[in-house]
Amino acid sequence: MRNFLQVLVDAVALGSLLALVALAIGLVFGVMRLINFAQGDYITVGAYALVVPTASLTPALFLGALPVPLMVAGVLFVVVLLALATERVAFRPLRDSDPATLLISSFAVSYFLQHLVMLIHTGRPKSVGIGQALTTPIDIMGLRVPGIQVVTMAVTAVLLIALVLFLKRTSMGIQMRAAAENFQMARLLGVPANRVIAMAFVISGVLGGAVSLLLIVQTGTLDIRMGLMPVIFAFFATVIGGMGSLVGAALGGFLVGGASVLLQSFLPDGLRPFRDAFVFGLVIVILLVRPKGLIVIGAARERV
Amino acid sequence: MQERGMIAVLEKAWPVLVLVLGLLLAVVLADAYGSVLMKRTVTDALIKIVIVVGLYIFIGNTGIVSFGHIGFAGIAAYFATWMTCCAMMKPITMTGLPDFLRLETYSLWFTALVAVTAAGLVALIIGLVLMRLSGLAASISTLAALFIFHAVYANWDNVTMGRASIVGIPTYVTLWVGLGGAVLAIVVAYLYQISAFGLAARAARDDEVAAQASGISLYWNRLIPFVLSGMVVGLGGVLQVHFMGTISVNAFYLNLTFITLAMLVVGGMRSLGGAVVGVVVLSSIADVFRRLEAGVDLAGTRLSTPTGTQEMFLAALMLLILIFRKDGLMGRRELRLPRLLGGRAAGAR
Repeated sequence: MRNFLQVLVDAVALGSLLALVALAIGLVFGVMRLINFAQGDYITVGAYALVVPTASLTPALFLGALPVPLMVAGVLFVVVLLALATERVAFRPLRDSDPATLLISSFAVSYFLQHLVMLIHTGRPKSVGIGQALTTPIDIMGLRVPGIQVVTMAVTAVLLIALVLFLKRTSMGIQMRAAAENFQMARLLGVPANRVIAMAFVISGVLGGAVSLLLIVQTGTLDIRMGLMPVIFAFFATVIGGMGSLVGAALGGFLVGGASVLLQSFLPDGLRPFRDAFVFGLVIVILLVRPKGLIVIGAARERV
Repeated sequence: MQERGMIAVLEKAWPVLVLVLGLLLAVVLADAYGSVLMKRTVTDALIKIVIVVGLYIFIGNTGIVSFGHIGFAGIAAYFATWMTCCAMMKPITMTGLPDFLRLETYSLWFTALVAVTAAGLVALIIGLVLMRLSGLAASISTLAALFIFHAVYANWDNVTMGRASIVGIPTYVTLWVGLGGAVLAIVVAYLYQISAFGLAARAARDDEVAAQASGISLYWNRLIPFVLSGMVVGLGGVLQVHFMGTISVNAFYLNLTFITLAMLVVGGMRSLGGAVVGVVVLSSIADVFRRLEAGVDLAGTRLSTPTGTQEMFLAALMLLILIFRKDGLMGRRELRLPRLLGGRAAGAR
């Protein structure tokens, strides 16, 4: 029982992290039909902003040297700025393209950013020690849970609630939901397209920055591909949940996180290395049964 | 009358003829005057042509962007490796292989044939499942297929040696072998394109509903090009390992996927000529950057661009093409017989 609870905590912690990334992808997809693969590179850039660019393997801290509130604000600011810049330069001119073209363009942006980080910081992995106090396990009712897992879950809960309040209670949020439902109609009714899309990128930047910080505390390593695995899993999470549905994205994040932790714990030893293959296989199965994902929103239905 | 018939044949074969003669000229020149490095660059480009033309067979004719084809190249490449490499090491390092692969070494022709067939079979199995999907869902699931390929091959330690490189694969791919592969790929792609199957696939691409109403099966007309392109891309993978002499699972992952897709996008996703032109253009640019990164002497000082600029330039170029010239350099056209030789005026068909 205790073992099972431990696995459950792991699953929820990983699921929360993926849900944050999936929400960012889902939000942007909702308003402009773009699957933003560069979301992973937002995470990478945010993490690298913590250190001074040098060739050293244990670089001096840059934003990471600031007091915690300033550090968090600094990282979020950098990532939001980056997200807005990519939107303005690369994605806005492509707004009317079909989703597959947009997906290719986000690959190009991702490739560009990855090599930009490589150019500035060199390609070798580096170690960085931030918030190490959080990695010591806390005792909760007999379960030993690393502090960072608790923080991850708490941060996710706060961000989820904030996002729901934003989408339901503020005028901007309502406009954004309208745009996700039917972009043309929303524009005709006076929703400013540029501002809604920019807002979606701002939120995806905030979520990306939060994930940067959580990841870096957890792993302590900087790598130019550190955003890749989270974004791949989150990408499939949004697909499973139903593209364009935010509830679906969050749900998908938890499902994928849960599935991968459960497979890790309960697959027979010989098959365990192939865990990821099972998770991606699950994606294909779900797409075959429900090509539009688990939660289908009205706008996703094709009309003839 | 006879002359008319000749011109008609010439006109029909022209798009292929021009590409083949162009490549032949490049190979003859490189063979006669090129440095060792130049010959390698041209050979590499010829292999890329095989892969990109393979991609084009599916993407160009069905309009579905596939992110998974490099997986087929990887599958064929690993088959070629198992069948030809390192007879001494293989029994010890790849213990999971069945005996007929672990203990035997096969001839290169037979190997290529088996490897390409294997890629085709895997494409068939995956295609049988995935081609039921349309549009974005199909694209995404091909990406999932690539990740599955990578997750399996990177962890299947006693068969693929995991993420480590396998060395000692015979290298027989020269300029002329590369040319042979590229010509074969182009001819196969063109024959498919002008066949009734190719026409049906493009009809389905342009209007799913109207094509279905005319009795064209979406499923079969996606499955056929999927398998065919899987085999051609597989051939590219085989040539690649017999050119490099080494293989690692990361050589057949996101970077190669991105570069080959970029070549197709830059050249034009809907044109066979575009696939070839894209490879030529991007390979030339990559070559220029390689020289710049090695350093050039300018007014007495040695200047070199930092590592990574090549990739950033490539990504930026791809974005610019997507934004300003969506159908690539070639648009949706093929190279056409000039009027001088009796060809019809542009727009006449």
